Amino acid sequence: MRMLSELEDGEGMDSVLRTLARDLDVLLGGDRVITDPVRLRTYECDGLTNHRATPGIVVLPDSAEQVAGVVRECVRAGVPYVARGSGTGLSGGALPRTDGVLIVTSRMRRILEIDIPNQRAVVEPGVINLDVTRAVRADGYYFAPDPSSQQICSVGGNVAENSGGAHCLKYGFTAHHVLACEVVTPDGEIVELAADGPGYDLLGVFVGAEGTLGITTKITVRLTRVPQTVQTLLAAFESIEAGGRAVSAIIGAGVVPAAIEMMDALSIEAAEAAVNCAYPPGAGAVLIVELDGPEPEVAAQFADVERLCRDAGAFEIRIAADDAERALIWKGRKSAFAAVGRISPAYIVQDGVIPRTALPQVLARIDALSAESGVRVANVFHAGDGNLHPLVLFDDAEPGAAERAEEVSGAILDLCIEHGGSITGEHGVGVDKARYMPRMFTEADLDTMQMVRCGFDPGGLCNPGKVFPTPRLCGEVPGVRKGPHPFEGKADLF
Amino acid sequence: MATSAKALDALAAVCGDVRPGEPEEGVLGVEPALVAAPSSVDEAAGVMRVAAALGLAVVPRGGETRLDWGAPPARCDLLVDTRRLDALLEHTSGDLVVSAQAGMPMERLAEVLAERGQRLALDVPLPGSTVGGTIATAAAGPLRTLYGTPRNLVIGLTIVRADGQVARSGGKVVKNVAGYDLGRLFCGSFGTLGLIVEATFRLHPVPAARAWVTRDVDGPKQAYEAVQAVLHSPVAASAVEYIGPGKVAVLLEGVPDGLSLRARTTAGLLGGDAEIGGDPPAGWGRYPDGTTLIDVTAPPTALPDLLATAGTAVTWNGDGHGHVGLPAGSPPDVAVRLLGALRDVLGAHRGGAVVRYAPEDVREAVDAWGPVPALALMRRVKDQFDPDHRLSPGRFVGGIR
Repeated sequence: MRMLSELEDGEGMDSVLRTLARDLDVLLGGDRVITDPVRLRTYECDGLTNHRATPGIVVLPDSAEQVAGVVRECVRAGVPYVARGSGTGLSGGALPRTDGVLIVTSRMRRILEIDIPNQRAVVEPGVINLDVTRAVRADGYYFAPDPSSQQICSVGGNVAENSGGAHCLKYGFTAHHVLACEVVTPDGEIVELAADGPGYDLLGVFVGAEGTLGITTKITVRLTRVPQTVQTLLAAFESIEAGGRAVSAIIGAGVVPAAIEMMDALSIEAAEAAVNCAYPPGAGAVLIVELDGPEPEVAAQFADVERLCRDAGAFEIRIAADDAERALIWKGRKSAFAAVGRISPAYIVQDGVIPRTALPQVLARIDALSAESGVRVANVFHAGDGNLHPLVLFDDAEPGAAERAEEVSGAILDLCIEHGGSITGEHGVGVDKARYMPRMFTEADLDTMQMVRCGFDPGGLCNPGKVFPTPRLCGEVPGVRKGPHPFEGKADLF
Repeated sequence: MATSAKALDALAAVCGDVRPGEPEEGVLGVEPALVAAPSSVDEAAGVMRVAAALGLAVVPRGGETRLDWGAPPARCDLLVDTRRLDALLEHTSGDLVVSAQAGMPMERLAEVLAERGQRLALDVPLPGSTVGGTIATAAAGPLRTLYGTPRNLVIGLTIVRADGQVARSGGKVVKNVAGYDLGRLFCGSFGTLGLIVEATFRLHPVPAARAWVTRDVDGPKQAYEAVQAVLHSPVAASAVEYIGPGKVAVLLEGVPDGLSLRARTTAGLLGGDAEIGGDPPAGWGRYPDGTTLIDVTAPPTALPDLLATAGTAVTWNGDGHGHVGLPAGSPPDVAVRLLGALRDVLGAHRGGAVVRYAPEDVREAVDAWGPVPALALMRRVKDQFDPDHRLSPGRFVGGIR
């Protein structure tokens, strides 16, 4: 097997890829292998556009057997490969390798089976998230994970990233809605991993491994019963602190809302500029609270939520009377990321998590960071689970501004870690945050996680360079193994 | 392997509670040479380092409620008892998160959480079981319909590896996708990948009111229809259970105002003479009687076949999972035939059957795990975590060592 380092040096790379492209063309046939530089360029990044790399080869397989064949060819040639769904990821998890193959699942878009009596569906990895829901809605079901990109992101990508969304507060993440995956392992075998089968829960670690443990080719998803009713309110507060008090009061009262979202003044300003959402004027923060479930249950709790918001200082509360009004309430929130483009030439979308109770302290520290650095930060968050999406604004035409924004963005992650949180709640680590992993985990922690990777992918060709800042050499065996042990005659060491 | 006396000295140097094993402490008859009960993560790490240095085979032990599950270990030089590792580390009720050490009994954890109106939404089918054992065996009960199994609720895990290294994954926030989720991997790993020492869970509020709606059913078809009626309705049941020999029971939880209406709706859906009550029906959350316990994966449409094949000692959950019991004294060939029949009918529904515990003669006659997809991959992962094959060797699928 050719060593990766050799390829990175560029030595003989072209001929290796050229030969591989020919072999893949023979294997796949049709127009399933792309080597034209112009067409390759369209795959150079995912949703995180500041990381770019033109893939060496792109393939568009349309079956598990073809994916397995491609993986086997890559292994034979010693060439790294990366899987890509719709390319909407926000951490560069699907960033291609210039010296490798990008395996795109966009031709694997069949919904293979809908099984309402068992509340599940079987889909190919390229199927769009929302298309699952569309296919089962008439039966009273939906696919619960709802990342903001759900109109275009793929279920395979959801599996790789363990995608969440606004409603995962109540309904959980993709990991909780995937019952089984057919997987092409890094040695090109096709295996079935199931949540409830005998043996290790390999599915549990596969989901969310960001495509570093193999490529899923068939996914059995759990379908969730559409709730009997949904109630949504928008509450306006003078300050983020007051909004935060309302969140704590709602959670403290034992309510589990379907979603609780908060926006600060700057993100409201952006949303107004972009979509005229007409949120209450003068609001320092707005809170969106959504409850769903059986009618009598929701009715009782919704009254409590409204009261708790008023008690916390809400100066205006709007209750959606129907789906159209609900959509209007959500419009500002859902457009918030793109909307900051209206108030800033460029911005970084950060994704960090803190314990919900640390919200006031962390927001105060972000304010201070912003004031000290002169870098504006708009805050949008899934307040119910402490998932912050600070939008760090800067002018990319101004020298040094991007670096300053990057610094503030990184400092926010440090704040999250300091308060016992996480460097990512839903966007993933990818290439973007691999360097932050040692701030959250010890070397031993990362080493242990990579034992799983070594078990799946000892050759290190499956989406290398993602998640972990430094790869583990899989030949290395941890711990004391052979030869004389350190206790020989000196147990007093302990 | 070193002599026991030498090992005992080395262990005593790192752990305050070390002694020779007793004959009655055998793990399915395999008597441990030594027992160590560390009282801190540091002590646990020390014990595991010594075990690594001396090549000792290690079997973890919690509340001993499921020590007779699985196969006997091929070796058991050292039993690591977690009973002194039983501290509550942190309960931040405002965050609905709790961290506890592995040896903490589940009931004690529940008491602490209930003081602040919260709970870990996992049933405890066997009283006395611990946090660590619950994770290691992926144990759950009726609430799995709505809340899932430990894999859905563990958000952070600390383990001691075979080489004594302490490693953490996850954290103490519910929403977190940084790094691999080793918490889910360790759920149901039966002590073969490492020693679980601490766990962090997401919590839920204790519901203000609960009601059970039950109906006696006559035969598999009626059971299936009752279950389907509830599963596809929007009553949002916390648990849907079949309890042999012939009862379908539904748990509803929520606010008192809403609950009575939901209970009446559910009674209508179940049909027959459905009854509404404030207490769980007999058998709720318990394994079926018997000395052999078979764990079955059976999606809802497999329920009629399961009931037709398994007889009366059956419980089943709407999550697609159940248990079958066999009475004491059942001849091994009866168990073999039943297991084969279950695998045949459930296999057609993409389900399966695994023997959890059984008397020795039955255990020796059956293939306890049945077909294990991805076994080769499992072995490779195991080899990474335990290259010397010292962690509960032989206890798990495919005789994995």
